[in-house]
Amino acid sequence: MTDRVVVTGIGIISAIGKNTDESLQHFRSATSGIGAITQIDTIHKTNLPVAEVKYSNRELLNLLNIANKKCNYTRTSLLGMFAAKQALESAGIHSVKKKKTGLVSANSVGGMDKSEVFYATFLGHPKKGKISNIVGHDCGDSTEHIADYLGIKEQVTTLSTACSSSANAIMLGSRLIQHGLLDRVIVVGCDSLTKFTINGFNTLLIFDKEACRPFDATRNGLNLGEGAGYIVLESEKSAVESGKKIRGILSGFANANDAYHQTASSPDGNGAYLAMSQALSMSNLQPNQIDYINVHGTATQNNDLSEGIAMKRIFGETVPRFSSTKSFTGHTLGAAGGIEAVFSIMALEQQLIYPNLRFKTPIPELQLIPETKLIEGAGIKHILSNSFGFGGNNSTLIFSAA
Amino acid sequence: MVLAEIIQPSFLVQPNMKVYINGIGSVNAQQAGYTDNFLTEIQQTEQHSIRSIEPDYKAFINPTLIRRMGRIIKMGVASAKMCLNDAGVEQPDAILTGTGLGCIEDTEKFLGAIIQNNEQFLTPTSFIQSTHNTVGGQIALMLGCNNYNFTYVHRAFSFESCVQDAMMLLAEKAEQNVLLGGVDELTVNSLKLIERLGQLKNHPITSLNLLNYKTRGSIAGEGANFFVFSTKHTESSYAQLLGCKMLYKPENTEEITESLQQFLQQNKVQASDIDLVLYGYNGDVKYDRLYTEVKDKLLSKSSVAYFKHLCGEYHTSNSFAYLLAAHILKTKSVSPSILLDDKKRLVKTILIYNHYRGINHTFSLLKAC
Amino acid sequence: MSQLANELKTEIIKALNLEGVSPEDIENDAPLFGEGLGLDSIDALELIVLLDKNYGIKIDSAADGKAVFHSISSMVAYIESKK
Repeated sequence: MTDRVVVTGIGIISAIGKNTDESLQHFRSATSGIGAITQIDTIHKTNLPVAEVKYSNRELLNLLNIANKKCNYTRTSLLGMFAAKQALESAGIHSVKKKKTGLVSANSVGGMDKSEVFYATFLGHPKKGKISNIVGHDCGDSTEHIADYLGIKEQVTTLSTACSSSANAIMLGSRLIQHGLLDRVIVVGCDSLTKFTINGFNTLLIFDKEACRPFDATRNGLNLGEGAGYIVLESEKSAVESGKKIRGILSGFANANDAYHQTASSPDGNGAYLAMSQALSMSNLQPNQIDYINVHGTATQNNDLSEGIAMKRIFGETVPRFSSTKSFTGHTLGAAGGIEAVFSIMALEQQLIYPNLRFKTPIPELQLIPETKLIEGAGIKHILSNSFGFGGNNSTLIFSAA
Repeated sequence: MVLAEIIQPSFLVQPNMKVYINGIGSVNAQQAGYTDNFLTEIQQTEQHSIRSIEPDYKAFINPTLIRRMGRIIKMGVASAKMCLNDAGVEQPDAILTGTGLGCIEDTEKFLGAIIQNNEQFLTPTSFIQSTHNTVGGQIALMLGCNNYNFTYVHRAFSFESCVQDAMMLLAEKAEQNVLLGGVDELTVNSLKLIERLGQLKNHPITSLNLLNYKTRGSIAGEGANFFVFSTKHTESSYAQLLGCKMLYKPENTEEITESLQQFLQQNKVQASDIDLVLYGYNGDVKYDRLYTEVKDKLLSKSSVAYFKHLCGEYHTSNSFAYLLAAHILKTKSVSPSILLDDKKRLVKTILIYNHYRGINHTFSLLKAC
Repeated sequence: MSQLANELKTEIIKALNLEGVSPEDIENDAPLFGEGLGLDSIDALELIVLLDKNYGIKIDSAADGKAVFHSISSMVAYIESKK
């Protein structure tokens, strides 16, 4: 497996914009996408802030030029199609047939946005409820819509490992290329906000009623977000052959399991430690070569402490500069790893480090201070990005400058 | 090691690497668990769904873990444990789970509570357990296993994506034991939905006559089938897996047969070498046609067998076909209950061809070892 | 005290699906978490909802619940203090 896997395209939609330019503007002006719930009918509308994509499904259909199609797309599909197409265009791919091109997508709750509408009728009246609202329930549905929209047939699959889903999709995409099975893969994930996840995380009492404060001593939970992030991975050979601009190199990755608790992270951050150290070892980098960490940083008590402990175990007292972009986008669950991979590539290209908004006081046990101001000309070569999920599923990706 | 030299677009093992199935664990509709006398007594039903015969889970799962588990989690975790016991493996090097619909019982429970209580007085357990990777996560938790842990959730590619990943893992590092499986559950509501979607037969049936009606629809099923894959041949080896290929939305039968021929070539297997083909025939006359066309064009010399009358149709039902194929190759006997002809060839090589509604097609080749 | 304690034990066994445990198995002063019944953080969240739903008592965070859910006795004392 000597041929390197590189990134040649990126596409994104989140609460801070529908492309990389809009996202950058938000980072530069330190404007987060967190605000009131407007797209979902829930009793939590007034008390739980979220990071919504600022377009209705109708508007997304128009943006995608498919408003006339009869298909009852889930919001997850629409977000995914939007970002995946953007990634393809940004990679300058006009025909997916020219090379062996696959799609590996990830999400955490599939078409739940429509399922919950269906069940509201169906549960009381088993013969009622619009049946087209349930056919997109499974996680594979959005992937097939994206594949069909892009014309991809070669390899189509879906991963779901909660909040590390799309980081794992990137690993799989890379391995499919490294094994010579595909030349390039459109990879990562999408998730939409739903009543199901809003109420689900609410039962865990891990929502902040205000905008979240990752890695702050007073952090009080996360805000949910939605969106999609896709990247185009190609073998270096394929990219060079076709004269593509290499946007970044995927130089290391690892998935490890915390094996501690179904939802909570272990006190010693063992899963996170294993994921980071194995990814470093794969990339042949020393810890001190990492210039920036895009932390998982959900702003829950448990995650940030456990992740911080794991970072200290790896980096000692010289933890690299770090920030949580979830202070802008909220926690986009299955899309998070993908969105943050796109941010990592943007950071390498623009030489930026993003601010960790609303941080004031370090966590006493850690004394770690994230970057709170945007840094331009950051001089970064290697970025480490963490994504951790339920089921103890911990993943680390390392992106390096081309 | 790299998987593909000869090969694309399917993935195969390199000529010098062999993949063996070294352990089996199962919760299925035919017997509690999996034993040597699998299919000596055939279970049949007149229902439109076939449910698993559940073992005493306490024999496999720690009681403090079990109390929160929905049926799919118990089925998955117990069959994973049975499988590791069977293979004599304590700690797998990777855990791969495939599930088409995930933990729908818990999903429905939490959705129902949201709707019935108008988003109030909700408790976390069913939400937590509804996550798609709960089975894989709980296996890791039970074993204290820190290793690679992926869950694939792509309809009738879910299990096969695990197979693909397992083969890549084994090519990346030798001497590993990869635990992988397919698991799906039926619930009262999911069955109602399958019926409303027109995927169940709408007339009285007997499961063993599934292919005789020539009508639309099938019978629904569920189950959990886990395997240990390894590059090492051991005393517990059941069979050798030559390769597996996924084909998405072929436009016509020609595309299917071309893809299959390519797959066989890549594996250096002639169609005439295949002693038995396990088809995914599910009784739905609209989709079964494809199996028959491929059979007539390419596989007319092989024995014809099927399995969905024994396990029902579900996204990961092909994992049951793997179990069946491994059982046949190890015991060197074929239960008459699965045969559709009387060619009676000695079975050394098996092809499994399954598809889900003409969209997700998969080919798998297994060989006696 | 004992009536409320017994009521709570029955409710807890049901809510947490404690198979094979009967109310008599739970001692009033024995710790519910860690050793003892072996409950964990997810159970604490279940108990918070149980208090809200059955007794109209709201606890806002898992940290606040820690002292309340120490044992059946501490739960009884808390419920009675809120009456």
